[in-house]
Amino acid sequence: MTVTWYVVLSSFLFAIGGAGVLTRRNPLVVLLCLELMLNAGNLALLAFSRMWGNGDGQIFALVVMVVAACEVVVGLGIIVGIFRRRIPEDVDALSELRG
Amino acid sequence: MTPTAWGWLVLAFPLAGTIVISLGWRALGNRIGGWLGSAMILGSFVCAIGAALSLQDRAPDARHATSTLFDYAHSAGINVGLSVLVDPLSVFMALVVSGVSFLIHVYSVAYIDSDRGYARYFAYLNYFVFSMLLLVMAGNLIILIVGWAGVGAASYLLISFWYRRTTATYAGIKAFVINVIGDVALVVAAFLLWKHTNSLSFDGIFKGAHHAFHTNQGTLVAACLLLTVGAFAKSAQFPLHTWLPDAMEGPTPVSALIHAATMVTAGVYLIARFHPLYELAPTSADITAGFACFTLFYAATCALAITDLKRIIAYSTISQIGYMMLGVSTGGYDGGLFHLMTHAFFKALLFMGAGSVIGAMAGIQDIDRMGGFRRSMKFTFVTFTIGALALASFPPMSGWFSKDEILGFDVHRGGYYLALAIVAFAAALITAFYSFRMVFRVFFGDPVPEAQSLERGELAHGEHVNPMTGEPEDTDVGFPGAEHHIAEREWPMKVAMGGLAACAIAGGIVGIPGVTHWLRNFLDPVFVDSKFIHTQPTDTASWIGLVVGGGIALAGIAIAYVTYLRRPGSAGQVAARVPALHRLFSARWYFDEIFDAVFVRPTQTFGRFGRYVVESAFVQGTLVGGATGVVRAGSALARSVQSGYIRAYALLMLVGLGGLALYFLLQAT
Amino acid sequence: MIFQDIVFFIAAIGALAGALGVVLLRNPFYSVLALVAHLFFLAVLFLLLRAQFLAAAQLIVYAGAVMVLYVFVVAYIGGAEEPLGSTVPGVRALGVVFAVCVLAELCIAVIGTGLQALDTRGAHLPGSSFGGPGQIGTLLLKQFLIPFEAASYLLLIAAVGALVLARRRRGMEEVIEEDGRTPSGYARPDVERLNRYAGLDAPRG
Repeated sequence: MTVTWYVVLSSFLFAIGGAGVLTRRNPLVVLLCLELMLNAGNLALLAFSRMWGNGDGQIFALVVMVVAACEVVVGLGIIVGIFRRRIPEDVDALSELRG
Repeated sequence: MTPTAWGWLVLAFPLAGTIVISLGWRALGNRIGGWLGSAMILGSFVCAIGAALSLQDRAPDARHATSTLFDYAHSAGINVGLSVLVDPLSVFMALVVSGVSFLIHVYSVAYIDSDRGYARYFAYLNYFVFSMLLLVMAGNLIILIVGWAGVGAASYLLISFWYRRTTATYAGIKAFVINVIGDVALVVAAFLLWKHTNSLSFDGIFKGAHHAFHTNQGTLVAACLLLTVGAFAKSAQFPLHTWLPDAMEGPTPVSALIHAATMVTAGVYLIARFHPLYELAPTSADITAGFACFTLFYAATCALAITDLKRIIAYSTISQIGYMMLGVSTGGYDGGLFHLMTHAFFKALLFMGAGSVIGAMAGIQDIDRMGGFRRSMKFTFVTFTIGALALASFPPMSGWFSKDEILGFDVHRGGYYLALAIVAFAAALITAFYSFRMVFRVFFGDPVPEAQSLERGELAHGEHVNPMTGEPEDTDVGFPGAEHHIAEREWPMKVAMGGLAACAIAGGIVGIPGVTHWLRNFLDPVFVDSKFIHTQPTDTASWIGLVVGGGIALAGIAIAYVTYLRRPGSAGQVAARVPALHRLFSARWYFDEIFDAVFVRPTQTFGRFGRYVVESAFVQGTLVGGATGVVRAGSALARSVQSGYIRAYALLMLVGLGGLALYFLLQAT
Repeated sequence: MIFQDIVFFIAAIGALAGALGVVLLRNPFYSVLALVAHLFFLAVLFLLLRAQFLAAAQLIVYAGAVMVLYVFVVAYIGGAEEPLGSTVPGVRALGVVFAVCVLAELCIAVIGTGLQALDTRGAHLPGSSFGGPGQIGTLLLKQFLIPFEAASYLLLIAAVGALVLARRRRGMEEVIEEDGRTPSGYARPDVERLNRYAGLDAPRG
């Protein structure tokens, strides 16, 4: 398939992930949807890398994976910490950082 | 030494006195204030004598010396220096002021002795004398206004000397506010004169006035009337007189010095100094004379019915200054200034005597509670009676010569002035009556308990109360000292009162018509340009006037004798027969209430309006509060975006992303 | 060619299904599993794009390590059924709407662009080393050395961060009231349910 298909697929995955971030209340699932969006980005990067015949996009995607891993580590650490403090795992309830 | 060098020395002594006392009393000891202050004023007096003598060395038309120390104000077309003018008028005033001030300083050394504000008192008193001397020796209108304001400030400070008494502070504020009205009028007059004559020094104004104005020109009349307003405010003439009786809240020597002998005569000096302008605008002079005449009659009637000893003497002051004002505004400058001098003597003497009596009464000032001090306070009785005789213009006291010189001059001018003189003669009868009302009520009759205890040798000790309201006070700092002092026991008071009594008796010697013309000759160089210099009554006419005046005085004293001694109680019967008149007089013709209703209350209401409506509600509430409210609402609006909901943030991000993409899409098409 | 297209479609459908599963499944445990499936299909798509190394990295690192991390956490926390609805009404609908908007914009951008290379299957690749570990390694160590080092640094920071978050701090022990309720009023975690999931509730012996 042409590169267009891949990019369009990546857009779909990105939109699904975005809808998931906004819709779900469990912070764990929000992080999962965030992963979806990151992977959609990876897919687009690789599609463009294939288009140009250049390895740059693949390196970019590799680094994105590294960043995603780091983010997961810290994010899950926070979630576990929230759980340990007996605060409900509900994004709508975790609203103390307000102005 | 040149006259002006003497003049600067006259000013330097009290200035040095006030600085040293106010800054150094802690280091030099508390009692330094009294003797140092008195010594400084004595030095000032000696230098004034020196100035007079050095002036007399010159030819009559050269007795006019000015000297400028440095540029005082030099901008916007004004070029004024710190200058003094030494001429017979200013030297005369300086002599009177410093002489009487010296005696009052000596009196105060004993009177204020047990007061904790001793050093403060003498610092203020020296400051006052400095300002007054600056006023009379000023060489231009600006320095005169500086001195004018200085004496106003000193008056305020000294009236509220016992500052813990609310009546005293109210009186000080009242005096100051009314004085400010005069200050404003004076400044506006200065501006008008400067605008037309382009000069602020006396020489420049008087020379320029003849070119700039023709007779009775509107601006000149306005300027002279404004000068009159200023003079009336300072000298407590109607309608700006209500502050002087209240100013009796201050210590008695203060009343003697400031509100009898010196400060209140500043207005008389002002009019005498500006006589060229007043003669160029006779309308203003006539208006001034009319008001002065009404004042002298009105104040005399009030003194008939009031029962507070110091306030009787205060109204007597208002009345006598009315005589002086009548004199200098109708052209009788010599008479007016002569009366200024003699009045300083006998009025200060009366106040000193009153202070002694009040000391014996342990602070009570009501003459209804006094009586029979004749035996127990002989010295006070004698000196007080001398003062009362001079006030009543009983021959041959100094007051007889001076008051009747004024009235003789006005009779001689005739017409409108004759009418004024007749009113003044009627008031002289009342004056004689009330001055001996005081004497007979206080010193004759049955001795009251305080007098009886004094005869036994014990000075009465009452509870310290506010004389006006009767509420008890404590004698902590600021209040009258724990001790009361009477002349019989304090030699400084005796010295001062004796000196003034001697002057009151002998002071007339400088102006006996037909015999001595020392005062007139001394003051002639100043008034040589006056229209009235050659319209003096003949000696015969003067003597006729003197006889008439003496007769009136005797009649008044006789009536008082009959009323109070022969038929005691008849005063009460007369008062009962005309209750409305009695009420009118004892309420001072209700002027205090009228002014309160017309000026004070609307101003207070306006002030309240300004504070609560304009300031609190409008400026603070609407403008400031509104501005901050708008900012707060805006920031609250901005803050509400940070709701803490992660989903809301994510939604915003997504919306932003969508918006950006839309923008770029539209751009690309 | 046909084979590649068929594989593409299968993989695409699978990825989409996995993504929808993540978003729509109520139980978080099932969402994690859906994501694992999604990643697997994504790896297939990577392979189709001649990114062999990345496909392998995806499977080993992402699906193998990161997802295991997720599974552990879900097991620890518990897969409570998520309450429906939202405390802030309208965010759900708005979220979906705006996601659809973004999708539409992206599609318009991609399809409507005049970039001709997008219509091809990609550039002509000279050798078969494209996407292989050799090329990735060369690029990492030559051209993208600094991003490589920065990424490793980032991993270090993340590890330290995890340690910091995980340690028990003095004075911050969990507060358990007498009746088993926490200060915030919620019940303790459902330990029985967790044990049931883990199969640890069966009586021993």
